[in-house]
Amino acid sequence: MIISAVRNLILGDAQADRVVPPSGFTAHLTLFVSGAMAFLTVFALALSLASGRLADRWADELAGAATLRINAPAAQKAAQTEVALKILQQTPGVARARSITSDEQVALLSPWFGADLPIDSLPVPQLIEIFADDPPYDATGLRLRLQAEVPGAVLDDHTRWREPLVDAARALRRLAVVSILLLGGAMAAMITLAANAALAANAQVIEVLRLVGAQDSYIANAFIRRFTLRALSGAAVGVTLGMIGVFLLPEASDEGGFLTGLGLTGWRWLLPLWIPLLGAAVAFTATTRAANKRLGGLA
Amino acid sequence: MIELDNIAYNYGGGELLSNVSVQLAPGAFYFLTGPSGAGKTTLLKMCYGALAPTAGQVRAFNMDVAGLDRDQMAMLRRRVGVVHQDCRFLDHLSLIENIALPLTVSGRDLADEEDNLRELLNWVGLSERADALPPELSGGERQRAALARAVILSPDVIIADEPTGNVDWEMSQRLLRLLVELNNMGKTIMVATHDLPLIRAAKNQVQARVLRISNRQLQLAGVDL
Repeated sequence: MIISAVRNLILGDAQADRVVPPSGFTAHLTLFVSGAMAFLTVFALALSLASGRLADRWADELAGAATLRINAPAAQKAAQTEVALKILQQTPGVARARSITSDEQVALLSPWFGADLPIDSLPVPQLIEIFADDPPYDATGLRLRLQAEVPGAVLDDHTRWREPLVDAARALRRLAVVSILLLGGAMAAMITLAANAALAANAQVIEVLRLVGAQDSYIANAFIRRFTLRALSGAAVGVTLGMIGVFLLPEASDEGGFLTGLGLTGWRWLLPLWIPLLGAAVAFTATTRAANKRLGGLA
Repeated sequence: MIELDNIAYNYGGGELLSNVSVQLAPGAFYFLTGPSGAGKTTLLKMCYGALAPTAGQVRAFNMDVAGLDRDQMAMLRRRVGVVHQDCRFLDHLSLIENIALPLTVSGRDLADEEDNLRELLNWVGLSERADALPPELSGGERQRAALARAVILSPDVIIADEPTGNVDWEMSQRLLRLLVELNNMGKTIMVATHDLPLIRAAKNQVQARVLRISNRQLQLAGVDL
């Protein structure tokens, strides 16, 4: 029944369509509003997906990894590293731990000091990379044990700087979702106003139709069909433009940091295609409510 | 067909009609007359459900009109053909589309009714004007078109409100003949008019009953006018 109702709505009845006079101005406004809303929704959607992705990635990648830094005089560094690695191997919840080689340390420091860094002559601390198991190790317990046996060791499980970043990304996603909801609501409000204006402008037509025996549903459908199709086509144009805009955003890159990679990826490109359908559904509901309310008030 | 049972109508500034009772018999021809402002249009509107009486009951086809919902009211309008005083066309549609409007809104396929439509246009003498827009029509053409629209769904009752209001004598004779032909086909006709010569002319062609509104009451007028 819903399918046949949708089919009737899309195919329409050419005769019925002629009954309500064409209304150029509100038609263009409805098209423009739904197009603009759809365009903005694509960006809000991309932002929400990208910030969600960032939050998840940061939370996952950084939660599993920790760094142990050993600050010790050069003579004791090797011995302390050995002890620390042994302790880590014994700690339940540590999947694996390995000390960073001096080549890797050069690579880490090269962005700041250049590739020709004489690392052996510098008092750089030894770094040990720790990968947590599931369930993870108890960081407090590990810290206490290291404090006792390896005095120069500092355990950094990244929580300190990870949490504000993840929080920020999640807040950004919440804002984007709220924006999408607001865009939908604003579109519903605008279409209700436009539909009410069209119904008011056609009061005479509606009266004549009632006099010759038209049922409310027939009259309402003539308006609902128009506004739904307008919202659908306007939103389709808006989404197309919005998707082109998102496509032209810069690719994710290391140089750009987290401001790049805001575009859509993979199957997520299919998500904006729902926007015109949702826009049409919003228009359908708004016009149905407006038409039923107004028709109910007539003789 | 349509029964008014002891109805009254009050516009808020005193009673316009009170204690009006009448039954429209199948196949009968009625004239409703009375001075301007006596309540002829009001009485007709109550017959087809456009106005609800402030007291009393209106019954149409054995249904209480006050108890009908909006969809049932639409169905009632399809069974009662109405020629409105001001015709009421949709000005953006051609004459033929306006005449076919009751078919369109009741979901009939116009292609199937094409022959009926042409025949009806021919009957009211508007074949040449089929594609004209309503504002381009003369008064007589509008009234005939309104009559054609009123009868296209083949209703049992036809109600006409001052159909000869702004047409010349020739044209009112022509409209009268159309109404008499419909009556001969068995339709119940109710014509509101204050055109007494028209009523007299009708008496030669059909056995018409004349209802007169005077002093807020409805009376069956004498045979001699």
